[in-house]
Amino acid sequence: MASISADNHGLRLVVRYMVLTLVAIIFIFPLVFMVVSSLKPDQQLLADTSSLRAFLPVGDISVDNYYAAFKRAPVGTFVLNSVIITGVTVVLSLFICSMAAFSFVFLKWQGRDLILSIILATLIVPFETIAIPLLLLSSKLPWIGAHGLEWGWLNTYRVQIIPFIADGLTIFLFVQYFKDLPGELIEAARVEGATWPQIYRRIVMPLSGPVLATAAILKFLAMYNQYLWPLMVVQQEEYRPVMVGLQYFFQLNRAWGEIMAYLSLITVPVLAFYLVLQRAFIASIASTGVKG
Amino acid sequence: MKYALLSTGALIASVAYGTMAVAQTDLTMWYHGAGNEVESNIINQIITDFNASQTDWKVSLQSFPQAAYNDSVTAGALAGNLPDILDVDGPNMPNWAWAGYMQPLQIDESIIADFLPGTKGVWDGKLYSIGLWDAAIALVTRQSYLDELGLRTPTLDQPWTKDEFMAALDAAKASGKFEYAFDPGMAWTGEWYPYAFSPFLQSFGGDIIDRSTYMTAEGALNGEAANAWGEWWQGLFTGGYAQVTQDPADRDGGFAAGKYAFSWNGNWAALGALKTFPDTLFLPAPDFGNGPKIGAASWQFGVSASSQHPDGASAFIQFALQDKYLAAFSNGIGLIPATPSAAAMTDNYKEGGPMAVFFELSAAQGMLRPVTPGYIVESKVFEKVAADIANGANVADTLDAAVDEIDADIAKNNGYGH
Repeated sequence: MASISADNHGLRLVVRYMVLTLVAIIFIFPLVFMVVSSLKPDQQLLADTSSLRAFLPVGDISVDNYYAAFKRAPVGTFVLNSVIITGVTVVLSLFICSMAAFSFVFLKWQGRDLILSIILATLIVPFETIAIPLLLLSSKLPWIGAHGLEWGWLNTYRVQIIPFIADGLTIFLFVQYFKDLPGELIEAARVEGATWPQIYRRIVMPLSGPVLATAAILKFLAMYNQYLWPLMVVQQEEYRPVMVGLQYFFQLNRAWGEIMAYLSLITVPVLAFYLVLQRAFIASIASTGVKG
Repeated sequence: MKYALLSTGALIASVAYGTMAVAQTDLTMWYHGAGNEVESNIINQIITDFNASQTDWKVSLQSFPQAAYNDSVTAGALAGNLPDILDVDGPNMPNWAWAGYMQPLQIDESIIADFLPGTKGVWDGKLYSIGLWDAAIALVTRQSYLDELGLRTPTLDQPWTKDEFMAALDAAKASGKFEYAFDPGMAWTGEWYPYAFSPFLQSFGGDIIDRSTYMTAEGALNGEAANAWGEWWQGLFTGGYAQVTQDPADRDGGFAAGKYAFSWNGNWAALGALKTFPDTLFLPAPDFGNGPKIGAASWQFGVSASSQHPDGASAFIQFALQDKYLAAFSNGIGLIPATPSAAAMTDNYKEGGPMAVFFELSAAQGMLRPVTPGYIVESKVFEKVAADIANGANVADTLDAAVDEIDADIAKNNGYGH
């Protein structure tokens, strides 16, 4: 009986690993294809797509496409712009949205539920429907900068950052997480005389690692993949982010190798960010699943 | 003494330069060529030459990637942020003029008298834009294929008839040498469909819109000729001559790989084809009964309606129309120069040049897409028509539905000013 059970366990393990391996391959093959293709000249790249050679670094391999990509477009500028825009937005968003959620969950004020409902309702409004009004508004907003009072936010970093700092999804994530924190902790802190800012900074936020990671990754991906908005509000190359920069490679005769090289380059910050936060991200998903 | 003279000279030069810089009024320009180094170098050279040639105007450039350009201009117009000079894809010009994005050019029209017809952007009787080049499509094949299949080589004077064209496809199909006899370029969705495929419709005698009024597509897009086109177009795919769903990689490399006997492609791909097969031929469009047709009009320069200096903007555009710049663009990126004199200065389009046939094709067969602000909607409708019919939709029903859609759009926009 014991040997049968051991066999079953071994079989299950084999099946499990086979399935996991298959899933891993499905997810990783596009990335492998992208990186491998970035090392091939166009003719070979296109010829290899019909066989498994597409996933193998064989044939005429070189980094010429990377040199060509840098020659065709200011790749460094685009990546730096996206990192700045995304990084600043993520940091500010975590701060503002967590504070808003803190207020909704722990503070008692009139109209709280109504305001939260309105904020959550914005989740069903597609960005495309507000893009044009937002563009008209942004083009006329004032700003006090190095040259004094200026009008219009177009062709700046701020126009790509400020409209996206607060959003319903991020506030919703924090609200849900904060609701599950033990209320006794907050009550004990209040009894001990802690102020609300102290509770936010010293109790709630230190316990919020998983939700911070989740919100950061989701916000990072949304911001890093921005295309429509920067296309509308940025006409100067020095402020363009990576996704608009991708269009530099779609000429009449497409340089597929350069496209793959560019995509490989702009994927690096995304992978790096995910790898840094992946433990907290997985912990967040796991904890969300357990709570049911 | 020597240093004193040098210092004085430097002082005079700097004052003179400073005075000139102050005197020059800034003009902004948007251009769709970001990501194309050769094109960018040429446009920058023109700007440098223009800025140095006079003391009134100073042009500065912002380049956009082509795929993002139209959306950027629309957003710029909404935000009141358009530049003085912009470039526009020929068929979009009437819409931009009608929508108030552009104003008529202030150039001496006698200097464009010998420009190719497709390079002149005229709307409502006024010249709004002018191109330094045009583009053209040809039926690309190889002399060796024609010889092996025993086919006559068509000429501009004697293009293939519909029957000859279909006989050529039959011969290619029967040879068993090719995956498909014909590559119309189904992988290139978007403007390619109306640009490349609507000339077939026009050669059958139909059209996307009734050009006598521009107020309806009734009769033009669903008449007898249009239905004949639709049946023929569908037959290309049901008959196994062409593939409905094409991998973009096949579109880019299929002809070079020998998958297709005939490819419907533009002059921009010609040099690559010649490099692969020195015996490549660029044949004129077949005549389906109403004369052979190919699409005309490419990118053109114009002045934005919000420009405070249309005289300066027009001066720049007129400056750019010199033959040497037309030839430079042609040599650089393979486009068809707008004038015969510029063509004579180029490597590819001069008499006897490997691509000279495209200049003749453009002049003889080029047909403007419908010159109406509604074209931007009509082109999308036609794209769907061509795709749906290729995929097996009922021809008559599809064309009728397209006519309804186009007519509704025209009515909704109060006739687009026609």
